[in-house]
Amino acid sequence: MKPRHRKLALIALVVALLGVAVGLVLNAFQSNLVFFFSPTQVASGEAPTGRAFRIGGLVEEGSVRREADGLTTRFVVTDTARTIPVVYTGILPDLFKEGKGVVAEGKLGADGLFAATQVLAKHDENYMPPEAAHAVEQAQKAQQTMVAE
Amino acid sequence: MIPELGHFALIVALLLALTQAVLPLYGAQRGNFALMAVARPATQGQFAFIALAFACLAWSFLANDFSVENVARNSYSQLPPVYRFTATWGSHEGSLLLWVLILAFWSTAVSVFSRHLPEDMAARVIGVMGLISVGFLAFLLTTSNPFERLLPAAMDGNDMNPLLQDWGMIIHPPMLYMGYVGFAVAFAFAIAALLSGRLDVAWARWSRPWTTVAWAFLTLGIVLGSWWAYRELGWGGWWFWDPTENASFMPWLAGTALIHSLAVTEKRGAFKAWTVLLALIAFSLSLLGTFLVRSGVLSSVHAFATDPARGAFILGFLAVVIGGSLALYAWRAPKMITGGAFGWFSRESLLLANNVILVAALGAVLLGTLYPLFMDAMGLGKISVGPPYFNAVFVPLMAPALFLMGVGPLARWKDASLPGMVTRLKWALVVALATGLLLPLTLDGFNAWASLGFFLAAWITLAVGVAFADRLRPGQGGLLQKLAALPRGFWGMQLAHFGVAVGIAGIAMVANYESERDVRMDVGSYAELAGYTFTFRGTTAHDGPNYRAARGTVEVSRDGRAITVLHPEKRIYNASGMGMTEASVHPNLFRDIYVAMGEPVGDSGAWTVRLFHKPFINWLWLGALFMVVGGFLAAADRRYRIALKRSELPKRVAAQGA
Repeated sequence: MKPRHRKLALIALVVALLGVAVGLVLNAFQSNLVFFFSPTQVASGEAPTGRAFRIGGLVEEGSVRREADGLTTRFVVTDTARTIPVVYTGILPDLFKEGKGVVAEGKLGADGLFAATQVLAKHDENYMPPEAAHAVEQAQKAQQTMVAE
Repeated sequence: MIPELGHFALIVALLLALTQAVLPLYGAQRGNFALMAVARPATQGQFAFIALAFACLAWSFLANDFSVENVARNSYSQLPPVYRFTATWGSHEGSLLLWVLILAFWSTAVSVFSRHLPEDMAARVIGVMGLISVGFLAFLLTTSNPFERLLPAAMDGNDMNPLLQDWGMIIHPPMLYMGYVGFAVAFAFAIAALLSGRLDVAWARWSRPWTTVAWAFLTLGIVLGSWWAYRELGWGGWWFWDPTENASFMPWLAGTALIHSLAVTEKRGAFKAWTVLLALIAFSLSLLGTFLVRSGVLSSVHAFATDPARGAFILGFLAVVIGGSLALYAWRAPKMITGGAFGWFSRESLLLANNVILVAALGAVLLGTLYPLFMDAMGLGKISVGPPYFNAVFVPLMAPALFLMGVGPLARWKDASLPGMVTRLKWALVVALATGLLLPLTLDGFNAWASLGFFLAAWITLAVGVAFADRLRPGQGGLLQKLAALPRGFWGMQLAHFGVAVGIAGIAMVANYESERDVRMDVGSYAELAGYTFTFRGTTAHDGPNYRAARGTVEVSRDGRAITVLHPEKRIYNASGMGMTEASVHPNLFRDIYVAMGEPVGDSGAWTVRLFHKPFINWLWLGALFMVVGGFLAAADRRYRIALKRSELPKRVAAQGA
């Protein structure tokens, strides 16, 4: 091979490698995005069934109940307008508390119960998970505009 | 008085940084040696004043001066002195002060160890570092003054975040910043080369040891962070693909590509423009990492500081640094593309493949980290990109790179022989394949991911062995003499590569064979996991210096033989009322037994408890340590020092030719 051909072959190889990488990345990206829905959005049927997504809001006061096995917990997530019942099996994070912000990832059942596979609470008492803050803010805005109307 | 002294010292440091930036850069452009000579004293003076400011802040923390807002918000009178000291860099303001302190330290190191450089080159490098320092000091003084007073003074502090009260966190930020900021040296060398138009082999040789040392520190910083998360967060995970972790991982990927590309530039004069670009990217990503973590734009476990106003300054700073350096690059670099030709199978081509893959991986991480932020900022909805994405992308991308890692160091520069390589490595390949296929069968049945991991680990290890065997071919002297005669650069590279193999073996084991259970345990009851029996003996009250805890007792035995007694704790911190899980771990070379407490159940003293068995997890940290030591060894290679002496001769003629 002449040096020029060699150089072209090398460039072609690099481009092919990059092409494979980009395809791989975009494919994985598409199938692994996790979307976020607030309780109001879930209540209005915007959330998918059968696909995992995240919900966020506040843990409703007085809603946390533990089952006898000590590991299964039921609680209600609220954005102050609408609520979603959640069930989770496993140890909850240190900062999971009634009245505090929470984000949960899982699937919505046909009965409207959200089965969480992961519960996230942030590592600072005064810090609200942005998703949870966003959900509450949206709900309060919606309520205010309704009152105004 | 002490905090005001610190504030004043910072202002003086800013003035010195301005002097260090402007005069030498102007002098270098004009060929004015008197102005260039300002660089070194200004740098050392700046370092002294920043060190003074840092000492003042540390003193305020140690002396519990709660009239300083930063101290009141991040410390506490009952906090043990060692954590009061580390609280100095626990806050946003303090950590940025640490950042500039380390930048000044690196600048001073350059000013001391650059006597061999041509005067204008040294002046430009130091000047560029001064510019970076100006940006950060201005940021500190205008938006994040660590010495801000609080009137009236607080009675006591709010306490440090309990998660940070761990000795892993004492050294994680300084090491990480040593890495981040170390890339500023590579960046400054690259800018200096672009400004002077002298992008030659000598430039690569000067830049290389600095870059390797920075890379080693960054590796150490990332590993300490991972190790801290593993022990302290109580989830038993060591890597979460959290945006903050990605923020430090992206400069690491760029830096890893850079140290390999620098090797080609130094040895063969090729890839010059590409190497410079990587140096610019590595430091830009370090800045981006600082921005991501410190501006509070992330919803992540690390988002302690939340103040978007500061983000605007860093964003502007980022735009100037990245935009400016890329513009300079676009203007200057096309004039410098020359270099040795090489065959399609040669060490150059293999290192090129390494760079292409690392940069592709970097792009994938960047996309997964920034896309959710972008969507959010545009109001297009909140999404998150979790570990499944990163794992799906990372493993198939890195596997070929790791395979080539066995071949690369054995290939000759310029043109290597593929049939010759096959002959040299065929037994290594056979043995590695057999290891990959058979080892999982002895553990827990066939598992494709475990097989891939074991194959790659064995392959790299055997290739390292072949490289040593090649170097120790019959000749004069005994084996030990020959080993001692091998250059440190060779030792460093092989040790780092071996470290990768050890790390992969650890990851393959822990990712595929770990076991985990959440169980409810009554006092006196037991649970089984991975052949171990865990017996819960209840909890007792335990008071720490600044917290109260329920301390559990868990006896661990195997086949009736006692192994250890673990004491996991559930703590409540006095000042913040924040709860925290303190896991208890029994480590050895082949596994960790890890127990964390959940919550009390009922009134009978029962608790929910999380049990882990983590096989070979410590190989991960061990492998990473080999990489760190390998990096330092390589940077200490004698040829850099010999090269220094030679380069004292004027190099201009050679440089113009290239």
